[in-house]
Amino acid sequence: MNLVFDHGKCSGCGACMLACSMENFLLIAPSRALLRIEGRFPSPGDYQIHFCDQCGICAKACPVDAIVVEDGIFRINEEDCIACCECVEACPRSVMIIQPENNIPAKCILCGECARICPREAISFSCEDHAKECQ
Amino acid sequence: MFGYAGKILRINLTTQEIVKDILPEKMCEEFIGGRGFVAKTLYEELPFGTHPFDEHNLFIIATGPLSGHFLPASGKTHFGSKSPATGGYADSNMGGHFGPALKYAGYDMAIVTGKAETPSYIFIEDGTIEIRPATAYWGKGALTCEEMMKKDIGQDFQILTIGPAGEKKVNFACISHDFGRQAGRTGMGAVLGSKNIKAIAVKGTGSIPAADVKKAFALGKEAFKKVSQKPGFKGWTPEGTAGITDWINEVGAFPAKNFYTSHIDHGHMINGKKVLEKLKITDKGCYCCPTPCGKYGFTKTSLGSAYVEGPEFETISLFGGSCLLKTIEEVAYANYLCDELGIDTISGASVAAFAMECFEKGLIAEADIGRTVEFGKLESIVHLLNLMGLRENALGDLLSQGVKTASEKIGKGSEKFAIHVKGLEWTGYECRNAPSMMLAYMTADVGAHHNRAWVMGHDVVGAATNVHDLITAGTAGDKRPKAVISPEDSAQYVIDSQHTRPIFDLLGCCRLQLMELGFEVEHYADLYSVITGKKITWEDLIRVSEKVWTLTRMFWARELENFGRHMDYPPPRFYEELTPSGPNKGYGISLNELDNLLDAYYTARGWDNNGIPTPETLERVGLAGLMKTSLKGNQK
Repeated sequence: MNLVFDHGKCSGCGACMLACSMENFLLIAPSRALLRIEGRFPSPGDYQIHFCDQCGICAKACPVDAIVVEDGIFRINEEDCIACCECVEACPRSVMIIQPENNIPAKCILCGECARICPREAISFSCEDHAKECQ
Repeated sequence: MFGYAGKILRINLTTQEIVKDILPEKMCEEFIGGRGFVAKTLYEELPFGTHPFDEHNLFIIATGPLSGHFLPASGKTHFGSKSPATGGYADSNMGGHFGPALKYAGYDMAIVTGKAETPSYIFIEDGTIEIRPATAYWGKGALTCEEMMKKDIGQDFQILTIGPAGEKKVNFACISHDFGRQAGRTGMGAVLGSKNIKAIAVKGTGSIPAADVKKAFALGKEAFKKVSQKPGFKGWTPEGTAGITDWINEVGAFPAKNFYTSHIDHGHMINGKKVLEKLKITDKGCYCCPTPCGKYGFTKTSLGSAYVEGPEFETISLFGGSCLLKTIEEVAYANYLCDELGIDTISGASVAAFAMECFEKGLIAEADIGRTVEFGKLESIVHLLNLMGLRENALGDLLSQGVKTASEKIGKGSEKFAIHVKGLEWTGYECRNAPSMMLAYMTADVGAHHNRAWVMGHDVVGAATNVHDLITAGTAGDKRPKAVISPEDSAQYVIDSQHTRPIFDLLGCCRLQLMELGFEVEHYADLYSVITGKKITWEDLIRVSEKVWTLTRMFWARELENFGRHMDYPPPRFYEELTPSGPNKGYGISLNELDNLLDAYYTARGWDNNGIPTPETLERVGLAGLMKTSLKGNQK
């Protein structure tokens, strides 16, 4: 699955971030979101969506190979993770978080809740994935 | 306790004492949140007779049980204080992202009292609360200050600021947030300024509890979906509140030339379409809002250029109508200047229009103003805004106190066109052919403000239609029929609206999903029940709303020695002058008709002939305790 982002449509409401925290952590806490919205004000006056594009740099940074790729999605194996959080530091988009309960990082696994909830269609499924979603 | 963060943050700036109290469950049950918390706290904790700028005045921030939760537009934050603009009860709310952040930091409310010794700002990061020096920010514009602070403490902080007008205690100074959201009305920025507080910054990384997170998530998603299926979702959202400009002008309810008349010919130059065409860069949404009113853009005029959020309808109607600015770029520039000075665009424009009419009539001199001024001239309006916002000279000092005080000092009949109720300047609807809306302004519990009740639909088409359906239905003909509504019906429409609208203020979410799109009210009772785990019906919420309305009326009665019916009248312009032009030409409303409206309203509410709730009414709405306490209230 792939997500498509249209920064120009984003109005900065943050519903995607709240949905992300509720879907992935069952918490009403946008600080847990695995994507982030940057408002650039007063100038140039727009929003940028920072998201995980499954680039895999986190996996390369992991000293114990606890991040593995499966079907194009990089996932953290929490049992192998040593909570060094080097992956969080390495993430070029700063969209990984550290869970305060156990210091284990978390990352986007393309669950798609952000796209399903975005009222502006600033985040959407790619055409192929959209067809699957609609089936 | 589900739904709420669970704590009240109390900050005494004089003693620097910071206390985190448990949020009382009983208060949540009886007053729900937001505006309810403000009304209860002001009534119970504000020492009787406190001057708005006395350090004992309270500055209250309150969220509601739905603030920060997953549902459409859950970003409202309420502020409360004794108003510098009116001397009476005041609250003012704003969208944006501050309230949710405060809840994620762990606090439903903050109550600030005392006065900092030197310019300061309040820093809140989860459990860390500090009163920090603000010397570097003092004197800066409200927008500039926010930009500086974000660079200094982090872009992920949500920040409230005041501008120079707040520092100088201009009676209608506002609170600014997120480069364009304001708690504009009733002078909340001046209260912060009087306490030497330039800003409040908050960052919250925690979570807020819900009784059933999975169900709350599912119900929230359903709500987002249902809102997206409303016709207004695609029809109303693009222009936001500016989209109502043409309709209000066409039905002859536009405030033109200090409310002298009610229609302008240049409406097509300052409407929502012009906002999109000439200004807009991006839609700018409040927290979790699927239908962003905010249109952030860039304006260029002969006097300068600026980034600005807006203008929204009220700013358009007051600067484009009451001050007669002819282009959307000029309206937007005046909007920007108000934002940077930190003054309410509604009151700022109204005061400018009042001053221009005074000058036109020879009641104030060129020497007092420092130049000539004229309706429709941006240079004149910018000059007047700077004069009042910075209290630059004696006239600026006078204007900074609002049209009521200014007209009382200027005299010579200027009271007749000082457009306010209870000292708060009138917002964007001219009502000589809208008797229900007139009554709504007369009886609004903060002064002349439309956000307490909006019944234009009843006056114009005879039904409580949502705004999108109203404006898309359009109008017919150049001449409007005379509105014929019985005082009893008007009173009931107004009371219904005065109870419905504030429910959103109690819950901590935005009313526009209902008002503009027609999203059904029942959803909110369901969302409340799933989030808090407590069953509630819409009728229960209406009962709380009536209690809060009655309590705020009692606050006025307690704080103003001669409070009563005489403060519920509009300015004489509305009942002594017929509408001179436009679709409502020749229509007026007489003093006798206004009296009939008030009689019907007081009777329906169970208030006496002077507009004071009777003991029976206090008992019926659940405020019997007020009868046992002295009206003198709390002592210092």
